[in-house]
Amino acid sequence: MTAETTAPGAAAVNAIEVRGLRKAFGDLEVLRGIDFSVARGEVVCVIGPSGSGKSTLLRCVNLLEEPSAGRVTVAGTEVTDPDVDIDRVRRRIGMVFQAFNLFPHLSALENLTIAQRRVLGRDRAEAERIARANLERVGLSDKEAAYPAQLSGGQQQRVAIARALSMEPELMLFDEPTSALDPELVGDVLAVMRGLAQDGMTMLVVTHEMSFAREVADRVVFMDGGVIVEEGTPEQVVGAPQHERTRTFLARVLDPAAAEVGEVAGGGAAGRRVDR
Amino acid sequence: MSVSKRQRARIIRGVQYGVLVVAVVVFALVADWHQLRMAFFDVGVVKALFPEIITTALVNTVLYTLLGFGFGLALGLVLALMRLSSVPPYRWIAITYIEFFRGIPCLLVFIALGFGVPLAFEVALDMNVTVMLSLGLVGAAYMAETIRAGIQAVPKGQTEAARSLGMSHGRAMVSIVIPQAFRIVLPPLTNELILLTKDSSLVYLLGLSLSQFELANFGRDALNEHKSLTPILIAGLLYLVITLPLGQLVRRLEARTAKAR
Repeated sequence: MTAETTAPGAAAVNAIEVRGLRKAFGDLEVLRGIDFSVARGEVVCVIGPSGSGKSTLLRCVNLLEEPSAGRVTVAGTEVTDPDVDIDRVRRRIGMVFQAFNLFPHLSALENLTIAQRRVLGRDRAEAERIARANLERVGLSDKEAAYPAQLSGGQQQRVAIARALSMEPELMLFDEPTSALDPELVGDVLAVMRGLAQDGMTMLVVTHEMSFAREVADRVVFMDGGVIVEEGTPEQVVGAPQHERTRTFLARVLDPAAAEVGEVAGGGAAGRRVDR
Repeated sequence: MSVSKRQRARIIRGVQYGVLVVAVVVFALVADWHQLRMAFFDVGVVKALFPEIITTALVNTVLYTLLGFGFGLALGLVLALMRLSSVPPYRWIAITYIEFFRGIPCLLVFIALGFGVPLAFEVALDMNVTVMLSLGLVGAAYMAETIRAGIQAVPKGQTEAARSLGMSHGRAMVSIVIPQAFRIVLPPLTNELILLTKDSSLVYLLGLSLSQFELANFGRDALNEHKSLTPILIAGLLYLVITLPLGQLVRRLEARTAKAR
């Protein structure tokens, strides 16, 4: 945070800047013109029904999905520029997946060191020092020798967060990080994410955890049908939604009885876990 | 008197056991045990076979197999990666190669490399090189398909996680995908090793000197010398000494993979 922040105009550069983003899979248009941005140090939660394009939006930020049109800029680097070295940009963007995606053939510690060593060129001692510090940060110091199969879902997801942190990213993307977890394991993962937010990490979180969004997010974005329907502070969007679609979605997610009814339309994951 | 289904099944089973026992007894009485023993297990012949059948024949079988397997594995991995390449000509080359070498007998390749190449190009290949190429070229075609299936069996999320950490496509393959793919394909690859062990007997086509004899050829030579089936039996048993532990290994690996999933 030295050269970059002191560079002229750097303070004005958003962590993520998305303009006119469109993404189609064949005939299916998943994103239909998205404009939005995330400021440095901001925590933005993206909510919305399944199939609304939230995950695709997230995956377009680090180019796991190639946008069909539009521009995505991450910390001043346009990732949609055909000449960009995307591997170099991705080092600066941590990503946490719904299915954890830990490397099953490597121990927890090796999961955290492999990219540090092979991508950043850190030597083993330094990589392990950083890895251990991050395992401690997520409360799993005692699990460094464990393989992913020996860990619970919640522990795996915390290792996955530590793995992303070990690259010392400028921002973190979370793609429904708690949706694959048993309800009693969700809390530990959210606690780690809350800690990250407090430490000033820039975070873009696709989630169904309304309590987390309300408590931690600086801004909530509601998406439906491939467009942003409304965005604002959690109080505005979750507390007093302006749009009918937002109200319908929130009613389904927040009210268990309605969630049962709305299961088909609102998507299974949205209705599965209700958290006030 | 009616017989229940269960009783009838028991009676049928009893009859089957009875037939088997009678057949064994009749064979034991009728067979000429002395001649059988002389044909299959003539102690004098057995003594004459050792130690060369181990020190030369078994060692050569293992050597030829490993040469072919090593080359085949390396080429098979390259072919598998070509088969999965985003560059169409690479895919076409790999597919053509695999279809061709999977479809022709290994024997033909031995003849082509052992006699065809020296005649056509007037270069004599070293014996070990010929064996390595012949077994490896065919083995690679099978292994390429096995490895390709293994690579495709690694979940897409693994590549995504690796790429999201800034790894290049190649780095993600080498560090993340291929190590996992090999765990998946270890059992089928071991099967391929067993097949190659047996195919290594085809080297007899090349015309071998005494020190180059492997198990099958050694057995055949000793058969002519001693006019006894004993060398063939011993050679067969020594093949089993190699292949049975490998089969055991496959079962263990499969059990381990099943546990890890």
